[in-house]
Amino acid sequence: MTKITMREAISQALMEEMDRDPAVFILGEEVGVWGGTYAVTKGFYDKYGPQRVKDTPIAENAIIGAAIGAAMVGQRPVAELMTINFAFSAMDYIVNQAAKLRYMFGGQFTLPLVIRAVGGGGRQLGATHSQTPDAIFAHFPGLKVVSPGTPADAKGLLKSAIRSNDPILFIEHATMYQVRGEVPEGEVLIPIGKSKVQREGSDLTIVTYCKGLELSMKAADELAKEGIEAEIVDLRTLRPLDMEPVLESFKKTNRAIVVEEGWKSYGVGAEIVSRIYEEAFDYVDAPILRVAQKEVPLPYNRTLEQAALPQVPDIIAAAKEVLK
Amino acid sequence: MKKEQLLDLYYQMVLIRRVEERGAELYQAGKIGGFMHLYIGQEAVSTGLIAAREPRDRVITAYRDHGVALNCGISANQVMAELLGKATGMSKGKGGSMHMASVEKNMWGGHAIVGGHIPIAAGLALGDQYAGNDNVTICMFGDGATNIGYFHEGLNLSKVWGLRVLWVCENNQYGMGTSVERASAVDEIRQKAEGYRMKNAAVNGMDVMAVYEAAKEAIAYVRTESQPYFLEVNTYRFRGHSMGDPERYRKAEEVKKWQENDPIGIFNKYLLDKKIASRKALDEIEARVEEEVQKAVEFAEASPEPALEELFTDVYAE
Repeated sequence: MTKITMREAISQALMEEMDRDPAVFILGEEVGVWGGTYAVTKGFYDKYGPQRVKDTPIAENAIIGAAIGAAMVGQRPVAELMTINFAFSAMDYIVNQAAKLRYMFGGQFTLPLVIRAVGGGGRQLGATHSQTPDAIFAHFPGLKVVSPGTPADAKGLLKSAIRSNDPILFIEHATMYQVRGEVPEGEVLIPIGKSKVQREGSDLTIVTYCKGLELSMKAADELAKEGIEAEIVDLRTLRPLDMEPVLESFKKTNRAIVVEEGWKSYGVGAEIVSRIYEEAFDYVDAPILRVAQKEVPLPYNRTLEQAALPQVPDIIAAAKEVLK
Repeated sequence: MKKEQLLDLYYQMVLIRRVEERGAELYQAGKIGGFMHLYIGQEAVSTGLIAAREPRDRVITAYRDHGVALNCGISANQVMAELLGKATGMSKGKGGSMHMASVEKNMWGGHAIVGGHIPIAAGLALGDQYAGNDNVTICMFGDGATNIGYFHEGLNLSKVWGLRVLWVCENNQYGMGTSVERASAVDEIRQKAEGYRMKNAAVNGMDVMAVYEAAKEAIAYVRTESQPYFLEVNTYRFRGHSMGDPERYRKAEEVKKWQENDPIGIFNKYLLDKKIASRKALDEIEARVEEEVQKAVEFAEASPEPALEELFTDVYAE
């Protein structure tokens, strides 16, 4: 095991898959000569050349539309959206085309397409560049939505995503590229659609993913100092959603909170809470609470921005509340 | 073009007309659901275009796609079965009128979001460019699609990357009920290609031979130059935009005037005048089509509904 950053993990996954399969290529804004806005594809252009690392115009419909077309005829494009906020420009291609074409044409072809998108707030980018709209995309059957919270998962899940024959939205967090974590040497493949217990505990269950995992781990350490042991289930994939580890944990702890960075209304937490109530109602000892973003467009000012985003103390408070 | 090929074009045009006339009847009888957009009046466009392609050249179009499907070699049986939503349709009844596709025939849909398939067409060509072959992608769309952003992003990308796409605007004068001059800053649509420094031409879409010749030249250019090309084909739909169109936006006289230029009538006269075929030979083709379409209707009506389990298949590959 070596410790590497999230950025290195994602970069390694891309490079390993490009080396393994000549059908894999990258396209997006500033992925080539610039080296990627978040430097994930630094060095790729020199190594693979313009044929496999394609700088595109600033035209999200063309980027995702062209990636879909190339995937339909058997290539394996990895399209990068500079930020997930630009996915709204390409919404038709993500939810109306990628998610539906295979079904609508009776399964005549596959769509081996990965869309990498950087999401999340906390970098003072203002309301239009700071969103965590993961739940919107997870709403659509036909699309798979993956969002890792550790470097090892990022590497293993991205490699699996590139090898998958389905369209996958792979959401990374803008503030997590420097997060370091242990990644096994050699081939790392993690199956899409499997949640994972990232920390064991017996007092309550924290269900989370991506940035929420980083915050929840910190909160769990604080809670442990007070003798409260939280079990943390990391969803890793939002669709298809693997509830098994969540339900198994909840049946043990009987108390849970859900931590997500997106807005609470109609969010990931709403889905998880409903599922627990539907599938494990007899095990509920306290109302399940959600920790999420305040219901406002994210402001620029740092203090206001941090006040709107879920924080470690919010998680600790919610955990204590469900344990009352 | 050889006599047999010319007669085959005539057969295809009559087949499209007849399949759609029968389709309209079945729609009125409540056997076809959803939206249905007829190609009647525009048969010469896709017939001429697709006759000019090689089988390896890809075709992608909008929702007015029954004719394109037939021209690509999808059988009348399958088209009719898909219209009726049957398990024997090429998309197992999951696509319907607007989503006809056959990977086997290199026909990639049938797309119902106006202009939505334009960047996807660029992607098909990108896939071929990446694979290192010189296949051409023929992408058809209406005049209405040239006013949406997708169109401009797709055209620009094709030029910047030198993608082998033949862009074909079927200018049938109306985007639904809004005429070209009310919706587009330029009424000669091909001028939009000038903005992308793209070679372009316009052709009479009621004349199948003119379309064929223009397409042949355009495809050769796209293939050898590795550049996109824009072809505007002027045509007219004789029926409404879709089955439920009150047609308040155009006068009966205008429709009548265009109908005098019926592409099938023009081609019929051409074949007779040039002594390529006798009236009897053309009548025989029409009778053959009649029989084929009747059989297609019977096939579709007798075909099973998709099994309920099909609801959950094809959502994902894995």
